[in-house]
Amino acid sequence: MKKFSSLLHNLILTPSRNTKIKLLEDYFKILDINRAYALAILSDQLSFQFIKASKLRELVYDQVDQHLFDYSYDYVGDLAETISLIWPTNKEGKSQNLSTLIENIKKIKKSEINTEFSKILSELSNNERWTLIKICTGGLRIGVSERLVKTALADLYNKSVNEIEEIWHGLEFPYENLFQWLKNETSKPKIDFKKLFHPMMLANPIDEEKDFKRLDANEFQAEYKWDGIRVQLMVSSKSVSLYSRTGDNISSAFPEIIESTKGDAVIDGELLVGRNFKPSGFNDLQQRLNRKKASKDLQKKFPVFIRAYDILFYKGKDLRKLSLFERRKYLEKFQKENKTNQIDLSSIINFSTWDELTKYKNNFHDDLNEGVMIKLKNSEYLPGRKKGYWYKWKKNPKLVDAILMYAQRGHGKRSSYYSDFTFGVWKESELVPIGKAYSGYTDKELLVLDKFIRNNTINKFGPVREVKKEIILEVAFDDVFPSTRHKSGVAMRFPRIHRIRWDKPVNEVLTISEFKKEFKLS
Amino acid sequence: MDFINHQLFIKDINVHIDPILPKKTAIITHGHADHARFGHDHVIATRQTIDIMKIRYGDKCAKKFTPLRYGQKYSIKNFDFTLYPAGHILGSAQVLIEKNNHRLVITGDYKVGKDETCKNFKLVKCDTLITEATFGLPIFQHPDPKDEIQKLIQSVKINKNNCHIVGAYALGKAQRVMNLLRQHKYNETIYIHGSLEKLCQYYSKEKINIGKFEKVSSKDKSFYEGKIIIAPPSALKDRWSRRFSNPIICMASGWMTVKQRAKQQGIELPLVISDHSDWNELLDTIKKSKAKNILITHGQEDALVYYCKKQNLVSKPLSIQGRGDEEIE
Repeated sequence: MKKFSSLLHNLILTPSRNTKIKLLEDYFKILDINRAYALAILSDQLSFQFIKASKLRELVYDQVDQHLFDYSYDYVGDLAETISLIWPTNKEGKSQNLSTLIENIKKIKKSEINTEFSKILSELSNNERWTLIKICTGGLRIGVSERLVKTALADLYNKSVNEIEEIWHGLEFPYENLFQWLKNETSKPKIDFKKLFHPMMLANPIDEEKDFKRLDANEFQAEYKWDGIRVQLMVSSKSVSLYSRTGDNISSAFPEIIESTKGDAVIDGELLVGRNFKPSGFNDLQQRLNRKKASKDLQKKFPVFIRAYDILFYKGKDLRKLSLFERRKYLEKFQKENKTNQIDLSSIINFSTWDELTKYKNNFHDDLNEGVMIKLKNSEYLPGRKKGYWYKWKKNPKLVDAILMYAQRGHGKRSSYYSDFTFGVWKESELVPIGKAYSGYTDKELLVLDKFIRNNTINKFGPVREVKKEIILEVAFDDVFPSTRHKSGVAMRFPRIHRIRWDKPVNEVLTISEFKKEFKLS
Repeated sequence: MDFINHQLFIKDINVHIDPILPKKTAIITHGHADHARFGHDHVIATRQTIDIMKIRYGDKCAKKFTPLRYGQKYSIKNFDFTLYPAGHILGSAQVLIEKNNHRLVITGDYKVGKDETCKNFKLVKCDTLITEATFGLPIFQHPDPKDEIQKLIQSVKINKNNCHIVGAYALGKAQRVMNLLRQHKYNETIYIHGSLEKLCQYYSKEKINIGKFEKVSSKDKSFYEGKIIIAPPSALKDRWSRRFSNPIICMASGWMTVKQRAKQQGIELPLVISDHSDWNELLDTIKKSKAKNILITHGQEDALVYYCKKQNLVSKPLSIQGRGDEEIE
């Protein structure tokens, strides 16, 4: 555990990619059961059923005064780090290795979790405690992607990273077949590809200035970019399963798709909420997200369908090496053969110049797409975000000027800066908050805002500071919906700080009714 | 104790403690720039603090200086002032103010832990305690500086082709890091940023063991491989640090307790070496001082105020203008 926690400690503090790879290589020089656990952790495959963030809070409140914990958490902005630092230090116990520790934790009975897990935390060093809590809460956020780990393994054992990538989703803990192959003791693991989630092909944002000069419009096709969730649908005569973009099986949340889909294919598409293939907006989709199961009632109220973009396999045949143009023919064929499916096709936009495409990007008749996708007709289906094949071109965001009202310290990278901003518009002579944003600004703007907030606080509510109403933020957002949950009656989608409007006086900011009118909410 | 206001100003006799703006009479607890300023008429402080002010701001930075020894009483009308060691940096002092049998202590910045570069902290019993709270959160439990300095020494041993640039506040922290290195048998020349030179010379003159040091010059990049360089934190981000090949950026500060903090600042090797008391030391000092009235100045005062109230001590935060939340150590 000491070795693994110091690896994570060093990884989080190292800005250089090469140094990170070197640290990983040093650690994975031995391939044993501890490294198998490490690999599972680094690729976010390990979790403990009973120990989640809420449980950890409960445990720490047993150890320290709740208010003192909350003050500290507000300052640090990271749960794992706060708990590891504030946990009363006992004498460190005997150092355990990673695998023993995890196996011991897995053996803990649910009824004994409080005492047993607290005991383990008390016996660890500060850094080990931090590591263990990070493992429990998932999502290490140490600036190391799965890809980087694969790269380090490939470099260290003279394999190509694509080879590892290809078999990755078929590998399982404790990775014996992978480790043996890396050590050249056996040949590459055989994986049954048909049962596997296939890493998705992703797009890069287009650089309007550079790319449009460089790229020939005739070689590309365009489709709308739908604002749902990207899914992979695997259908055969035996079973149907649905995966999210990250490879999580989400079948149980969308039973109507699983029950109704026929055919034999692997489809890449967007899951949307709507009737008769008319999407009804992200707000509705949200009712279906983050649920393990969907009741009949929910299915009725918010029915889902899939808008297909691409096809990876057709009747057992791997199409990924074919061009997008040819795959589309297979997709259309699949669609014709299975008309009862809750699946329609993403339509292709006709255009001959980039200028012509601009109008499609911004002036589509409704607000349900986020812009357009631009895909090389000739492109194979390549996993990951390869450059030069697929691009996304987002609509210009909506903009509104609003007044900074409250601020709170951020989390993670921005912890201890005042970086979460609540802003509002006028309602008679008072302000009413319309949203909260914690991104979009430059590092310089953040420093300016942070300083302003520290020097102009007029009120404190726990971690929240109310500030003098002097700063106008130009807020960019994707969309805005009516909402009964907020005082203002509106909820924004993905608001971010576009810039600070030093030039504008606060009395020129809109009122809430003007705001609603401008964005067609009333 | 209502004779002193929230700005540490005693109106009856027109005396300020650590004022930000030029004043008639200023008692200065120590030489850091957020406490010792230029342009007062009369400065009362320890001899070392006065020396340090003269080094930083010139001999004429005040019209008149009155040096006080630790424990020496100085009276203005019916107020008696005595300075006691604060253990923060060379010359740092706490101020005891006595009036009509009421004892008030202003700790200034202080640390309880051992430090060879200055006189160690002396606990002064009092009725009212005005304490700092730089690290006033229970997450701050400073480790033994010995372990921290060993991390640096180990890293230098392992990474022979890198130079180690250690960010450390020019006055106090820099010399303490040098002294800690010497205590742990690091006998090589230590290279310093130009802004540290005069202060290092002064520490040497005051017989504090910081060993052999030399100003960084425009030598060949590779010369500094395997060496330790000490620079003020501001120089780490500056072009100055790019003259070295493969530097490992280190920082000696209590803030380095928080990994996210270190990461934000681009620190690869954080060294938790602090010249301020940690949470337990703050609580311990409050308790042992026997004070019933606790005022808390700059830092993370909320948690400490909350704690004192729970102990049935009268407690409130003092907000002193011009002190940053956390930039300065």
